[in-house]
Amino acid sequence: MATLLSLLNGADILAVCILPNCLPSLFFRGEKRTVSGENLDALVSKAKDDLDAQVCEIIEWHFNPETGCPFWLEKAQEFNFDPRKDVKCFDDLKKFPSFEDEWLRGGPVRRWLPKGLENEPVYVFETGGTTGIPKTRVACNDFRTDYEVFSGTLPDESFPRGSNWLMLGPSGPRRLRLAVEHLAQFRGGICFCVDLDPRWVVKLLKRGKVQDMEEYRDHVIDQAMTVLSAGHDIKCMFTTPKLLEALAMRLIDDGSSIAEAGITGIFCGGTEFTQQWYRFAKEELLGDDVYITPTYGNTLMGLACGKPFVPEDNYKITYYAPQPRAVIEVADFKDSNLNVGYGETGRVKLTTLTKEIFVPGFLERDEGEREQPHEKYPWDGISGVRPFHEIAKATTVGVY
Amino acid sequence: MLEIPVIRWGKPYESLEKDDVVHFETGEVLAQVHQANGGLIKVDMRKAPNARKVLCEIPIPDLVEMCKKAADLYLNAELPLGNGTQTPEDFYRMQSATTGLPEHMCASNMKKNSFVLNNMAEILDALTRGLPYDILTNGFGKEERGVMVSYQANAPVLGMVLPSNSPGVHTLWMPVIPMQVGLVLKPGPQEPWTPYRMYEAFCQAGVPREVFSIYPGGPEVGAAVLADCERAMIFGGTPTVERYHGNPRVQAHGPGFSKVLFGDDMVDDWEQYIDLMADSVLVNSGRSCISCSGIWASRHGKEIAEALAERLGPVEPLSPTDPNAPLAAFTLPGVAEAMNAQIDEGCKVGSVTEVTEKHRGGSRLVQQERCDYLRPTVLHCSDPAAEMANTEYMFPFVSVVDCPQEKMIKSIGQTLVASGITEDPTFSRQLLDATNIDRLNIGAVKTIALNWLQPHEGNIVDFLFRARAFQNSPPPAH
Repeated sequence: MATLLSLLNGADILAVCILPNCLPSLFFRGEKRTVSGENLDALVSKAKDDLDAQVCEIIEWHFNPETGCPFWLEKAQEFNFDPRKDVKCFDDLKKFPSFEDEWLRGGPVRRWLPKGLENEPVYVFETGGTTGIPKTRVACNDFRTDYEVFSGTLPDESFPRGSNWLMLGPSGPRRLRLAVEHLAQFRGGICFCVDLDPRWVVKLLKRGKVQDMEEYRDHVIDQAMTVLSAGHDIKCMFTTPKLLEALAMRLIDDGSSIAEAGITGIFCGGTEFTQQWYRFAKEELLGDDVYITPTYGNTLMGLACGKPFVPEDNYKITYYAPQPRAVIEVADFKDSNLNVGYGETGRVKLTTLTKEIFVPGFLERDEGEREQPHEKYPWDGISGVRPFHEIAKATTVGVY
Repeated sequence: MLEIPVIRWGKPYESLEKDDVVHFETGEVLAQVHQANGGLIKVDMRKAPNARKVLCEIPIPDLVEMCKKAADLYLNAELPLGNGTQTPEDFYRMQSATTGLPEHMCASNMKKNSFVLNNMAEILDALTRGLPYDILTNGFGKEERGVMVSYQANAPVLGMVLPSNSPGVHTLWMPVIPMQVGLVLKPGPQEPWTPYRMYEAFCQAGVPREVFSIYPGGPEVGAAVLADCERAMIFGGTPTVERYHGNPRVQAHGPGFSKVLFGDDMVDDWEQYIDLMADSVLVNSGRSCISCSGIWASRHGKEIAEALAERLGPVEPLSPTDPNAPLAAFTLPGVAEAMNAQIDEGCKVGSVTEVTEKHRGGSRLVQQERCDYLRPTVLHCSDPAAEMANTEYMFPFVSVVDCPQEKMIKSIGQTLVASGITEDPTFSRQLLDATNIDRLNIGAVKTIALNWLQPHEGNIVDFLFRARAFQNSPPPAH
């Protein structure tokens, strides 16, 4: 029997579907298999093997002069090891120096494009950029793949196939708009979009212009209300916690609610999503009929999804990366090559392993607690994700 | 472990996030305070009109009586607090242990709060200028002289974003309940004690619980209180005050830059006022906005500074439990050190002299294992334009500034309390006309000596109620 991991890694996968109250099922062309009888240790072991295999494949791709990208081929000249010979498993990635996010700033962005993909249509996505030159990432198809994998985690009864979506969040140079639109299309729907410019919001807040920020937020919510009232049969939505709160309040003031507006499934992310906020949203904004799934991700990594909600977790949010395409580790604050113990706090360390981009050991601006593997995601997870304490004080976070 | 819940219109709410309130000397966790999120406030404020509706059903004289009972309960009773109880002694010890203010000052603040509650009838009478109570309740009515007046509540509740470091500010919100306006309190992280004890005292005295909400939490919670309450007060530094300047919904209370101003007619007698000056600087460890941070005089500046330094320089930290402890501790790491460095930098200017140093017998900055102290500091500034001439810190710090009387009012900048030591009618008139002075004392009055019958930084009645025209019959022909 194939494991979840090998299926995620396989070329013939259509979707991974996790339905509430039933076991995870993996849909293939013409067959359905379950992983219910698998022993977690075996799943973890297999996941590790798959990850090691992915590392070998991706290293070979990015450091082979025939297929690799100019950045890594040039960088490899500085290394005292040969990645193609000396990196044979995930642990070997520690041989690479710390990935510096400054490398992602400025042009030419084609230095990141693998030769093997040079004839593909290329997108460029930005992250950050409130001040100065933003970080950029080139992409061809990763955003589609990431969101197709994510689609498999969405329950069909809450995110009905064929229903339309509202994308209420930042678009502009981010990949989010295209990715959510693809998600809607992948599930047979059409995506209606309302834009928000978080860089402008950050500027307003830094200038102390709270009232202007509130007016801008209201302008965004006005547009969402118009779309929802226009008979577009929208049942699914992407939005951020702050915008969901603002939309819910507007609907309450109008004597309605998110549920009464016809929304049944919300994919929420983009800013800090706390345990208390999750509970508040479920109990006071959404009710029992609206499903909300927390997500954690960025332009580099893709999308980590939350462990499915169970009451015993008391709204604790645990994220699992879309391994083996990306890995989240919880690193020791002082030595990022060491992972903290389970339940202990450390800094988020991301590794991305796709043919479009190779990012080893990127230290995110977040921290959290390391979590045990789960049978649906048999690799380490992270809970309590929040801004890294040393950076948080100096940063305007969660503004939109 | 004492656990203190969020209060949502009188109902306890247990959050999934809690914050430890820690003894600054021992590190002991004294309580865990449940943390609200901003959305809770947004949801709850949709029900805020109910608070005023409920309070308007209770006649104001009855609420005033409840304030008297609350005064006694707050000062003397063992009251529920979260999952435990708290005696008055527990209260001032805990407050001292988390804010750094000496215990005797905390106990003294209790008396002050209790006094204000006990004298609510007189305070309301003074602040409303004798307005019949039912005009506040009904929104209109006739004064004793037969004139129709209308006072419309600007908001059903008042939001308060409270500080951690200055328990004295709580007197400001006590007249709110008897004016039939609900209360939404966001306690300072180190000082949840007063809001919760006062809430319990009010409720045990008969005020309905559903008119109170208490939302401990981070900056997001404070922002939500300010955004979602039609009227709110916040306490902070100069940037906070500047941010809300001109916003009619928010009253921002910041540094006071309070001063003693000598007129030329009295300045030669400065020695008679040395106690007044020293107390104005030192009382309450110089932590209040009404503490004196500037003494301005056209002559004798150097001598005044020297005499004050001789008096204040030797003052040193004592244990917070010592009944004579004169100084409050800085419990947040790095704050005292940063202030100390700022003062040293400011003293590098040629016109500024640190006068206390030779009387102190040690460093201004006293660093202990878990807290820091700053010892009293007196500067002499021969140039009123020097930055240190108009600076305020949260410890006994004062600049004695040389400045001709005719330039004084323009040079002092915004001043919360000015005590003008003068009998000169012309200077007195100029002081009365100075719009950059809020509370004005003319005569030998310490800056820290408040009469509770006087408004503080704007009359709270004017903040909560709007005087407007109202007619229920045609006006006389004219």
